[in-house]
Amino acid sequence: MEYSKKVMETFASPKHVGTIENASGVGKVGNPTCGDIMEISLLIDDNEVIKDAKFKTFGCAAAIASSSMATDMIIGMTVDQALKLKNKDVVEKLEGLPPQKIHCSVLAEEAIKLAVEDYRAKKTKK
Amino acid sequence: MKKIYLDNQATTSLDLQVFEAMTPYFTDIYGNASSQHQFGREALKGIDKAREQTAKAINASSNEIYFTASGSESNNWAIKGLVAANRNRGNHIVTTSIEHPSLMRSCKYLEEKGYKVTYLPVDKYGIINLDDLKNAITDKTVLVSVMTANNEIGSIQDIVSIGKFLKSKNILFHTDAVQAVGSIDVDVKEMQVDALSLSAHKFHGPKGVGALYLRNGVKIEKFISGGEQERSLRAGTYNTPGIVGLGKAIELATGPQAKQTRENIRKLRDYFVSEVQSKISDVIFNGPCDLNKRLASNASFSFKFVEGESLLMLLDLKGIAVSSGSACSSGTLDPSYVLLATGLPVEFSHGTIRFSFGKDNTKEETDYVIENLIEIVDRLRQMSPLYSK
Repeated sequence: MEYSKKVMETFASPKHVGTIENASGVGKVGNPTCGDIMEISLLIDDNEVIKDAKFKTFGCAAAIASSSMATDMIIGMTVDQALKLKNKDVVEKLEGLPPQKIHCSVLAEEAIKLAVEDYRAKKTKK
Repeated sequence: MKKIYLDNQATTSLDLQVFEAMTPYFTDIYGNASSQHQFGREALKGIDKAREQTAKAINASSNEIYFTASGSESNNWAIKGLVAANRNRGNHIVTTSIEHPSLMRSCKYLEEKGYKVTYLPVDKYGIINLDDLKNAITDKTVLVSVMTANNEIGSIQDIVSIGKFLKSKNILFHTDAVQAVGSIDVDVKEMQVDALSLSAHKFHGPKGVGALYLRNGVKIEKFISGGEQERSLRAGTYNTPGIVGLGKAIELATGPQAKQTRENIRKLRDYFVSEVQSKISDVIFNGPCDLNKRLASNASFSFKFVEGESLLMLLDLKGIAVSSGSACSSGTLDPSYVLLATGLPVEFSHGTIRFSFGKDNTKEETDYVIENLIEIVDRLRQMSPLYSK
């Protein structure tokens, strides 16, 4: 199993690490037993544009690289656009993931979806 | 970039003296050791010498040594071959829950064939309880296999006491000593084992060659059908350079210098362990705390809130080679069954790194590793949603 150069670069210097205070929405997937947890928080403006995204991830190099890449990709997108982000888009940007690590990119897709759901649920409450 | 090798339980460097002993057998002495002419006879001399060196190192006779292609092969052969040749003595095997996959999966294979296998639990240090073993024995027990020292956490079993007990019960006893030979004294007579597995590349010998010790008089089924090699039990043209390398390597690893080498490795490991424990919070030291009950080379740590592969990869980017869990399980997502058997919670097992020291490591290297380890663990923890400090 070997990681692509892009995965290694992204993993070694990940972008958007952290948690957004007063986030518009937060999505958390995975559990420590599986060995992967990903938490993505979003800052969304009134026009439903994602102004900022941050992640915290417990997981392998692929999980960290996927988190970094996915958050980087959705910044600037509208919420609807972000919902259309598929794990394979993340994999493509990472120049591939080993087959047994594809699930890491799925976690990123799911975490974003949950974060948007959380944002919409909060909005409805208001 | 620096290159620091702390994965000596996965494999070791080839000793230059071993390499030199092997070289002529690749070039000038290329005969088939089974041939009767001078080319063959010369090659056979090398094999005979290696057999003597191997026997001497473990206090056996040279006609009790069978060369194989790996420790895994030795384990497969011992387990499958001993029960097959001794079916009349029963169909029950007793082993432990922390054996190497080559032994574990041989047992699973035999279970599929109708054998009964008991997997003994270990305590939190990775040591079995002799009473558990005594209680597991039935009148159908044909074979007991307990590894001498563990590959992941370095725990050393009390093989001598087990051997003594089994001798009194007339039950066959095999031990996987792949991690032990060269690292601790291994004496088949003192251990009272009937069979023992070892592998050359774990003690600075070449890869692709191992041996099975089989006590004289113990019946074993043939493993590879074919020619007359290894008393017709394990056919296949002799890997002469490999076997010669094993002989030289085991001689060096158990020779006059061995004591000092082991002591140096132990000191370095002990220093590393105390540094990690004092400088990094939230770490679990896996395996025996009594450093005399574990291999001198081994230090296994679980770093809470971080995942092992990430840690391994970041250390690799700094030129430091370690292993997450064991080399055999890297690439799979399953937590290590050895760590789980010691009662380590699953979530912490994911954050486990094995550091294994060897004769070439230095204090300077160790300091570099500690410095980088502190920084990398902290970096990953800052990234971890499980960490809140």
